[in-house]
Amino acid sequence: MQALYAQLVIGLVNGAFYALLSLGLAIIFGLLNVINFAHGALYMLGAFVAWGLLHYAGIGYGPALIIAPLVVGVVGVILERTLLQRLYRLDPLYNLLLTFGLALVIQGLFQMRFGSSGESYEIPAALQGSANLGFMQLPYYRGWVLIVSLVVCLATWFVTERTKLGSYLRAATENPALVQAFGVNVPRMITVTYGLGVALAGFAGVLAAPIFPVSPGLGSEVIIVVFAVVVIGGMGSIMGSIVTGFALGLIEGLTKVVYPAASGAVVFALMALVLLVRPAGLFGKAS
Amino acid sequence: MLNLPKRIADTSMAVILCAAALGSVTACKKDSAASKGSAAGGKVVIGVLTDMSGLYSDLAGKGSVAAAEMAVADFGGSVAGMPIEVVSADHQNKPDVGSGVVREWFDTKGVDVIVDVPTSSVALAVSDVTRDKNKVFLASGAGSSDLTGKACSPNTIHWAYDTWALANATGREIVKHGGDTWFFLTADYAFGAALERDVTKVVEASGGKVLGDIKHPLNAADFSSFLLQAQSSQAKIIGLANAGGDTIKSIKQAAEFGIVAKGQKMAGLLVFISDIKALGLATAQGLTLSESFYWDRDDGTRAWSKKFAAKRDGAMPTMVQAGVYSSVMHYLKAVAELKSAKDGKAVVAKMEAMPAEDPLFGKGTIDPNGRKRHSMYVYEVKSPAESKGDWDFYKLIREVPADQAFRAPADSGCSLIAKP
Amino acid sequence: MTGLLVIAPFVAYPVFVMRCLCMALFACAFNLLIGYAGLLSFGHAMFLGGAGYASAHAAKVWGFPPELAILFGTAVAAALGLVVGWLAIRRQGIYFSMITLGLAQMVHFLCVQVPFTHGDDGIQGVPRGVLFGVIDLDDTLTMYGFVLVIFLLGFAIIYRIIHSPFGAVLTAIRENELRTTSLGYNTDHYKLIAFVLSAALAGLAGATKVLVFQNATLTDAEWTTSGAVILMTLLGGLGRFSGPVVGAFLVVALEQYLAPFSGWVPVVEGAVFVVCVLVFREGIVGKLSAALKIPL
Repeated sequence: MQALYAQLVIGLVNGAFYALLSLGLAIIFGLLNVINFAHGALYMLGAFVAWGLLHYAGIGYGPALIIAPLVVGVVGVILERTLLQRLYRLDPLYNLLLTFGLALVIQGLFQMRFGSSGESYEIPAALQGSANLGFMQLPYYRGWVLIVSLVVCLATWFVTERTKLGSYLRAATENPALVQAFGVNVPRMITVTYGLGVALAGFAGVLAAPIFPVSPGLGSEVIIVVFAVVVIGGMGSIMGSIVTGFALGLIEGLTKVVYPAASGAVVFALMALVLLVRPAGLFGKAS
Repeated sequence: MLNLPKRIADTSMAVILCAAALGSVTACKKDSAASKGSAAGGKVVIGVLTDMSGLYSDLAGKGSVAAAEMAVADFGGSVAGMPIEVVSADHQNKPDVGSGVVREWFDTKGVDVIVDVPTSSVALAVSDVTRDKNKVFLASGAGSSDLTGKACSPNTIHWAYDTWALANATGREIVKHGGDTWFFLTADYAFGAALERDVTKVVEASGGKVLGDIKHPLNAADFSSFLLQAQSSQAKIIGLANAGGDTIKSIKQAAEFGIVAKGQKMAGLLVFISDIKALGLATAQGLTLSESFYWDRDDGTRAWSKKFAAKRDGAMPTMVQAGVYSSVMHYLKAVAELKSAKDGKAVVAKMEAMPAEDPLFGKGTIDPNGRKRHSMYVYEVKSPAESKGDWDFYKLIREVPADQAFRAPADSGCSLIAKP
Repeated sequence: MTGLLVIAPFVAYPVFVMRCLCMALFACAFNLLIGYAGLLSFGHAMFLGGAGYASAHAAKVWGFPPELAILFGTAVAAALGLVVGWLAIRRQGIYFSMITLGLAQMVHFLCVQVPFTHGDDGIQGVPRGVLFGVIDLDDTLTMYGFVLVIFLLGFAIIYRIIHSPFGAVLTAIRENELRTTSLGYNTDHYKLIAFVLSAALAGLAGATKVLVFQNATLTDAEWTTSGAVILMTLLGGLGRFSGPVVGAFLVVALEQYLAPFSGWVPVVEGAVFVVCVLVFREGIVGKLSAALKIPL
């Protein structure tokens, strides 16, 4: 029983990463209709920026939590402005292929420079150590990841669903011409949205750096799972991705206790099931 | 049918484009024809197949290439009047990449001998191809004892170490000190499985019990769920049947979850000096491990290691890299006697016939199943206080003499060993 | 083309050309689906890899002769295609692609876990065997001849499929599925058949490749291989008949040429992807066709 609780807690922490990453993906798809395959590579970029800040400039974890997402966001804005914009009028599958190519390039460049075994990033001193929960020893840092990602996810949901800015963004996707006619600068909103979406990935990267080895393969290991999460949750639904992300972490943890070999495949089985029964996803709107 | 003109256009276009494609391909291939000719003419080519950028790149990688080059230079650059060339490639820890490179090396670049090859699954594949083409394979990086056991070959010699030797040295040592219940964290491929199997035999033979195991993918990122399972098994010893980057991550993440603090011991079944460097003495102190080579063992190893370190920005050689040097030297000696490198089986037979002694591994012999035999040494990692300088990491616990350190040929299951 | 391919093994490294041919067949099979039926499968590697494991096991463990091993592999791929296709066809567009991706990942996990595949080690030492009991395939040139025949056979089958009434309906579905349905065609039925055919031919490529290299490994079932075949088809020209062949040869040659600088391979491939999608969507064959004003 203890083993179960312990795995569930670990699963929840992993779910936090799924939630953060799928949140960014869902925002980008929901508002831009772009399937951002480069999301994993940008997550990896965030982790490397954090590592680079520490390694080359002595800038620690705290500031990195803010700087790295900013850097990744800027990179995203540049990518959107120069490349993605050109393909909006075409089938979204082209953007999928474009971002897939970008992911290959980014990951390949990092692989050449850093090899694939990864750099190490120490857990910040303030968060070292662990708490005795009775059934397991929970490292403070993982608890912190859980809390902070929950906060960020809910804050993002709040901004998109409950504020004026969010409603502008949602309106802009539904009917860009009309919203533009109202005087809102739609292309700029779209660019900013993409930047925000990938900044979330960059933020997740900083969170990941102390626990997972900072290696170029960081993103590709997780991107397919994150896609599955977004599809299950409902491709444009913010709350859907958050809930599904955490839930999947829990389900994976459970699977690890019951039938460990299947823990990697369970998300895809779920995805296939959801797509067949409720194609819009658990929280999506049927189109 | 109206289709006909279109079909002609289709086919002729395909012809032109295929010609273009093949033309570009042929341009790439021109030099290979040249090297084929010269190999027949008289050149010995050594192929260093290693992991250049992955989790084994520090214990082998570019250091192995440097070791091979040092051996060639120390031998004089040529053997029996033929110049020696060293080529290298990255197998990315994938058997298909490795065997593809080796096949092409044999077919088009006239490579005569493959050395190093960490990652047992690649090594097993390479051993197959080498036997088919009658070349030579000198394995230093890979660990699976199957290379001289059920997968043995008259074209392969296994240098440096193997999983049986590690089990016999480290495993036995830990059980001797009270480690009688084990839980394995195993890398899910040939090496991990072989190591777990060999250590399990030692544990059970000494009256201990294996409470369970968990297999993790090679180069896994997060060991937390595996470590939690190891923790809940309450085994006294958590055996790490993995290597390189995986071992480092396991030990680091175990520290996060307070596993050692709560009373379980981590047993690094295959640990290299490069791993200790990456972990740092504070984390690694007290670890029991076995190596057949340590730079600071005696004057002979110290002298050679300093020369090596000078070429590698001060990084001391690992057991694998020393194995590459030693195996290449012995190979070149055999080729010098035979005056030819063409017949792989003959070269290996010669290598097995000649006594193998060098300052790196001391006195040694080679068994008929291809197992190089030398002493193994059980070490314990020093604490930061005990260490007097950079790379001063080990204190010697005991030496396992050559005749006991490795599995007896009769027990190996190798088809080359005649039944008595 | 046949003539060129016959002399190819004498000018270039035959194992390399065999790899090109297998990948070209794989890409042509993929193109059948995307170029003519308009369905982007993001998991086609599951057929390449799955058939590879099946025929490797058949040849090595069950002792099948090469022709039966390849047929077995192809049949397994077709069966897999039936199941996956039936599940995936129910949805359109991006959802279809996502289902194929997800199911391919499941197949990949099966390949890792199931004992007979030996996980990361793969199935090694697959015997090439003796074809029809008389032709020894261990000789490289003989093997090459065999692979060439298979490739041309597959190529001819695809040609026949495309230039047939069935192929015409597929193109109609790609252009406007609704209208095709209104004309009375059961589009799901056609799409499923196309999917199974594509899967079977991809399986044929995979089974043959395994005999050439005498091993079956996880690489062939990974999603990066699915990505590679998309690249080949895109580069050569989606929906162009000989496009994938050109694309496959170029991509394999690229990987070969860059092998000493293996780090550059993903970067260059990614860059080619980006360029193709932005400015070169018709692919090489498409551009050539437009330039020479020949319909290709």
